[in-house]
Amino acid sequence: MSQKSEVNALGRSVPTEINGRPAVPFQGVNKFRPSGAKHAPPIRTCSDYPESGDKRVPSLREALERCGLRDGMVIGTHHHFRNGDLVANQIFDIAAEMGIKDLVWAPSASFPCHDVNIKHMESGVIHHIEGSMNGPLGRFCSAGKMRGQGILRSHGGRWQAIQDGDLHIDIGVIAAPTADPFGNANGVRGPSACGLLGFALADSIYADHVVVVTDHLEPFPCVPWEIQGNNVDYVVEVDQVGDPKKIVSGTTEVTKSPDRLLIAEYVARFVAASGIMKEGFSFQAGAGGTALAFAIFLKEMMKEKKIKARFIRGGSTKYLVEMLQEGLTDFILDGQTFDLKGVESMRDHPHHVNTSPFTSYNFHGKGDFATMVDVAVLGATEVDVDFNANVVTHSDGVLLHGIGGWQNCLYGGCVILALPAFRDRIPVIVDRVTTLCGPGELIDVVITERGICINPRREDLIEATRNSGLPIRPIADLKAEVESIVGGPPQKPSLGEKFVAAVKWVDGTVIDGVRQVL
Amino acid sequence: MTQKGEAGARGKDVRSDCYVSVELAATGGIQVELQSKVAGLYGNRIREVIGATLKTLGVDHAKIGVEDQGALDWVMMARIEAAVRRAGFEIKQPALPPERAGMRAPTSRDRMRRSRLYLPGNNPKVMINGGLYGGDAMILDLEDAVAPSVKDAARLLVRNALRQLDFGGAERMVRINQGEPGRQDLDEILPQNVHCLLVPKVESADQIRAVDEHIAKRLGKDHGVLLMPIIESARGAWHAFEIASAAPSVVALAIGLEDYTADIGVQRTLEGRESFWARSQVVNGARAAGVQPIDTVFSDVGDMEGLRQSVLEAKALGFEGKGCIHPRQIKVVHDGFAPDAAEIKKATAIVLAFEEAQAKGLGVISLGTKMIDPPVVKRAIKSVELAVAAGKLTPGWRAEQTAKPA
Repeated sequence: MSQKSEVNALGRSVPTEINGRPAVPFQGVNKFRPSGAKHAPPIRTCSDYPESGDKRVPSLREALERCGLRDGMVIGTHHHFRNGDLVANQIFDIAAEMGIKDLVWAPSASFPCHDVNIKHMESGVIHHIEGSMNGPLGRFCSAGKMRGQGILRSHGGRWQAIQDGDLHIDIGVIAAPTADPFGNANGVRGPSACGLLGFALADSIYADHVVVVTDHLEPFPCVPWEIQGNNVDYVVEVDQVGDPKKIVSGTTEVTKSPDRLLIAEYVARFVAASGIMKEGFSFQAGAGGTALAFAIFLKEMMKEKKIKARFIRGGSTKYLVEMLQEGLTDFILDGQTFDLKGVESMRDHPHHVNTSPFTSYNFHGKGDFATMVDVAVLGATEVDVDFNANVVTHSDGVLLHGIGGWQNCLYGGCVILALPAFRDRIPVIVDRVTTLCGPGELIDVVITERGICINPRREDLIEATRNSGLPIRPIADLKAEVESIVGGPPQKPSLGEKFVAAVKWVDGTVIDGVRQVL
Repeated sequence: MTQKGEAGARGKDVRSDCYVSVELAATGGIQVELQSKVAGLYGNRIREVIGATLKTLGVDHAKIGVEDQGALDWVMMARIEAAVRRAGFEIKQPALPPERAGMRAPTSRDRMRRSRLYLPGNNPKVMINGGLYGGDAMILDLEDAVAPSVKDAARLLVRNALRQLDFGGAERMVRINQGEPGRQDLDEILPQNVHCLLVPKVESADQIRAVDEHIAKRLGKDHGVLLMPIIESARGAWHAFEIASAAPSVVALAIGLEDYTADIGVQRTLEGRESFWARSQVVNGARAAGVQPIDTVFSDVGDMEGLRQSVLEAKALGFEGKGCIHPRQIKVVHDGFAPDAAEIKKATAIVLAFEEAQAKGLGVISLGTKMIDPPVVKRAIKSVELAVAAGKLTPGWRAEQTAKPA
């Protein structure tokens, strides 16, 4: 198979045709200009929908049949149920029963519970995935076994692609913790309460057909209607949409790893020393071990200095909820809720507000929240001496993670990658990342247990932290130290010519190609 | 008869370690079976290390299996050597990893020993970053943290760690075993510039003299290796002073309360009334011998407030340091041993008055209307050092204080 490719603005060889459709190589940060109008679903008429407002159908299969499920369609699902999702897999089981082939699965993210779909990829029910490819799904794709090419997008990129018509969703299936027969739905109540449904919003607005599946049906009206029934074709009531234990954890645990705690402490001290931590500031924190610990260290410093944040962005946990309750932030702008305290707070606290990839991350809009965040603390699998970073593959080239909101958050005021300097013996600081997901010009600081490296572009940060007592050092030094510990730089992974997937940038251009691992 | 040996760790929770099995043979050369989670990135390097290690040891014919979970070279070398020795092979020479730059830097008797971080001697994962946490000392523990069945393997791992680990400025300590295993520990580790040896469960001065003589046999009379005996029994506490003064190499005297409380037949409490006599005995025995008194560890790593109280109590009793079993304890310990604001104010004033008197050639130091005795000056100098080390006073405090209007 001949492949068309081109070298993009970051010097990466990328496919210019993906699954038979043209793709634009990355042109540089803020260089690509979109044109045209947003995509829109077909116009419908109320006369086709029941006046009673009751759109229930007896089964998911019937709903999919009524949506006209056929070969080659694109199916959208969301990942608010994380590893407890009981709906997405059913869609492909039904499609297999119906003898349907070549579907494109476009989840907002995938989890280990979705690994069973490998059988549908082998049999041809699923042609390829446009979303995230984690664990065994990633290994399957990296081995070149997927029929089509995977496309990896950020959360904001998924919205952008759906909005711009790059990713046309034929059927959006929205598993909802609570819904009414009209299709209004939210995530704050019901046995599978997950907080919010922001990742399903684009599907509800732009998909040709929308199915809401719930195990907690309330009489109309179900409020708040985060998903609006006016966009919904069918409602399916089932026994269970998710496994609550795997959706949110009872409590989120902070890491006990001394290395991660040290990294988190450095991050918090950096944020304080650089002057970013000041009255009315904002930060982004996730639920990963280091990010969580960072928030806890920062909280203590904020209390000590009597500083209050205006808002915190990110997946909420009990730790962020406590900051809201203790008056250390005015708002939580929540993109996904990680524990029960987060869900309760989302339901009950007027200043714990749900967001969506549209409000937070969509690059093809009139601004987004990500640019307004003063400091974002993120992870990565690799970062190179030019501060370019990788989040989707490890150094061996195998797809292992989705992008999540990572690329979108790179537009924050100060972007900090908090990472161990090496994992086992694999260095995280490298000459050149295996897969480039984020351009170095947007990445300001790399913080490891062995030191802090500030991007030379950020002279302001270098100046502000000069006398902070923090272990600030050039990234090349850190790389050399790590290599002296682990036994030199790693061998190059053995990769084939074939592009098995492409990584999109937030503007829909291709920032890197992912090659088959031999 | 086939000669087999195995060493290391395996299983899904193992990280930064490996499992090595060796089967010696009479012919056939070296056959390597490697499974490594990092094979794609370091497979070539690992094969080189395996080959070079066996060659150094003098093994020409063997089947070797390595299950690797990301072990660093020096870890894998220690595991291979342990497996080869366990197979009953008389090694030609030990397989030593290269010396890390700076590993020969000496220590000094009078350095601070506020915190010492214990790291289990057979667990490479926790050792690798041990030097990053700012402890005054790092202890590779061959005694209680290592099961009897793996003492031999741990000894080689610790030996290699001493050559390769970055101690980050911490004093290089090893806790050795008692008796014959302890002598074997010494034979492996003494050539690796150990600064200080912790000698456990010491009950008499003779035990310390025996260790000191064994070191002298290896390194000569002025060996420079410091000793920190640990008192862990009623008998040991009774003989605190004799133990502390048993040899000039003794630099500190520590107490271990888990074993001590068991020995006198009581429960160890948070309050610690049951060990008050022993702790005071250790403090006074150490002071009388002119060595540093060092307190036991605080075993609840989740209870930082309890630790803080425990450090303040230790300081009040006269101790100068405390053992740490988790890196997060180090800062709490340093803060606890540092003087408080009032002490710092007084100490800096005394130090300035002392320096002024010296500059003027005055024999008598006075502060305001008060005469200052030499021991008070000495204590003030120490307080200032502790305050600077804990970050409570900047190194340039003199300029800052004298710049202020009186």
